[in-house]
Amino acid sequence: MFDIDKWQEIFNSIRRHKLRTALTALGVFWGIFMLTLLLGAGKGLQNGVEYQFRDDATNSIYIRRGVTSMPYNGLSKGRPIQFYNEDFDYLADNFKDIDHLTARFYLTGDQTVAYGAKKLSFPVRAVHPDHKYLENTIVVEGRYVNPIDLREFRKVAVLGKTAKEGIFGEDEAIGKEINIGGLIYKVVGIYEDTGGENEMRVIYIPVTTAQKIYSGTKELHQLMFTAGDLSVPEMKKIEERIRQDFAVRHQFDPKDEKALNMFNLAEEFEQFQNLFGAIRIFVWFVGIGTLFAGIIGVSNIMLIVVKDRTKEIGIRKALGATPYSIVSMIIQEAVFITAVAGYLGLMAGIGLMALLGSMEVDYFRNPQVHLGVAITATIVLVIAGALAGLMPAMQAAKINPVIAMKSD
Amino acid sequence: MIQLKDIRKAYQTDYTRLEVLKGIDLDIKAGEMVAVMGSSGSGKSTLLNILGILDDYDSGDYQLDGTLIKNLSQTQAAQYRNKFIGFVFQSFNLLPFKTAWENVALPLYYQKVDRKDRRDIAMEYLRRVGLADWAEHLPNQMSGGQQQRVAIARALVSQPKVILADEPTGALDSTTSYEVMDLFKQVNDEGITVILVTHEHDIADMASRIIRLKDGMIDN
Repeated sequence: MFDIDKWQEIFNSIRRHKLRTALTALGVFWGIFMLTLLLGAGKGLQNGVEYQFRDDATNSIYIRRGVTSMPYNGLSKGRPIQFYNEDFDYLADNFKDIDHLTARFYLTGDQTVAYGAKKLSFPVRAVHPDHKYLENTIVVEGRYVNPIDLREFRKVAVLGKTAKEGIFGEDEAIGKEINIGGLIYKVVGIYEDTGGENEMRVIYIPVTTAQKIYSGTKELHQLMFTAGDLSVPEMKKIEERIRQDFAVRHQFDPKDEKALNMFNLAEEFEQFQNLFGAIRIFVWFVGIGTLFAGIIGVSNIMLIVVKDRTKEIGIRKALGATPYSIVSMIIQEAVFITAVAGYLGLMAGIGLMALLGSMEVDYFRNPQVHLGVAITATIVLVIAGALAGLMPAMQAAKINPVIAMKSD
Repeated sequence: MIQLKDIRKAYQTDYTRLEVLKGIDLDIKAGEMVAVMGSSGSGKSTLLNILGILDDYDSGDYQLDGTLIKNLSQTQAAQYRNKFIGFVFQSFNLLPFKTAWENVALPLYYQKVDRKDRRDIAMEYLRRVGLADWAEHLPNQMSGGQQQRVAIARALVSQPKVILADEPTGALDSTTSYEVMDLFKQVNDEGITVILVTHEHDIADMASRIIRLKDGMIDN
């Protein structure tokens, strides 16, 4: 294997037979390149979609208020549905599977936030303490909104990292008082969110405080909850029960899809999971097909290469080449060419993937190839090429040199 | 140098058995220059293949320089060919993608001669056939006579006991043929046994002995 002479023979042969070498190499290169691309693109698609879900609890249901689209019990259609604290309590009391429940109260538009001479504007959401589980909020300093805040209508604020840096820069923020929309709030916590910069602009305040100050009613704008590790059909059942119960509470037709706007993340997520299962199978199917095409291509070329070299083999034999030296020369050359071409294909594929990975596209993100899989595929191709060359090479090494020399 | 005793060889086809050599007894001494003649089908090519250890025989004994050449494995045959015999063919049989000196050096590669020495030795032999200036040329850049001289240099480079030449002048014009034959004579003068197959009488006449084959037998 490390016989310098043999390698010189091989390099000499490669140099003098550029077309033959290029054709063999191209088959392997293309096979591995396409396979790498295919596996990477599949993974990129999956990463992209999982990224879209990353900052939300995946087993959750969001309930938004809708407008009735059917008349019911003498009430005309086009009636907006309102949520109140009673709806929140109803969910908390009657659904044992709910483990984190929160409502949202939105303040209209962004609020002007003032601190010292600084004036900035940020969105403000009024929430329950459990809200942090629904948005995968990570409190990095201080604390989140807590039940005592709600009970005592405290004017406290939890700032996202972006908002905090905007207002305070590098300075300490906890305990400081800021002016939100004309009222003074005390900063009690800083949070991070995997959802990105925009998600971290939001300022959270207690829901009861907001109701008292901004509406004077017990109104809520949205209800959200997670339900532990319930299966998708179980989630679906809860969704249906809520629709039935709310239809009674709010006097709308249970068949009226528009009255409640229910968004079942678990179902959504599962659909994507299923889609990925299918894509994965498809990718493997095509990948194995590509690999087979590569194997057949390489085998074909090896057969032609050996045929092409029959006369040369005869001459070498007459000059004292042993069958072993002939077979090993052909196989070593084949293995060398396929290995180098496979490696280049792998690198080209990974390179292109890195290029694609640097692009910001929705639902496509960080495409990557399982390196082990790609290397295995290359090795399979190299071995296939060697095996495909082995049979005809052994045959050729056995034939009478006189006959071999007469072939053209 | 070469002793053949009752060598027989037959080719079996699907329907018939064709006896090509029907008991050849032959004794060639070291340093002889022998021409083998015979019409086509007389078995002269088969005989040359057996002498060159390129082909097996069915029965009899073949001694080459005191070694019995019989029932050899492919690897042993290759080693003996490399050690004892230099071939020259009618169609030169140079590797087209190798230069003149690389062609000449090829048997040395199979003899496992050191890499650095191979070029020097090959150049030395190219000089002896008068083609030192053509060392870097590819075969298709040379004339037939030049190619055959490269082939002779290649046959000599492994310092064989016997040179086997199969119609070495068959593809050359008469002037070039005589030049090539002069080269064979020089080689022979150095003590190397030369056996050449030919059907040209003027070529055969330059040998010290002529063996005529007829229907698989030596015809005296």
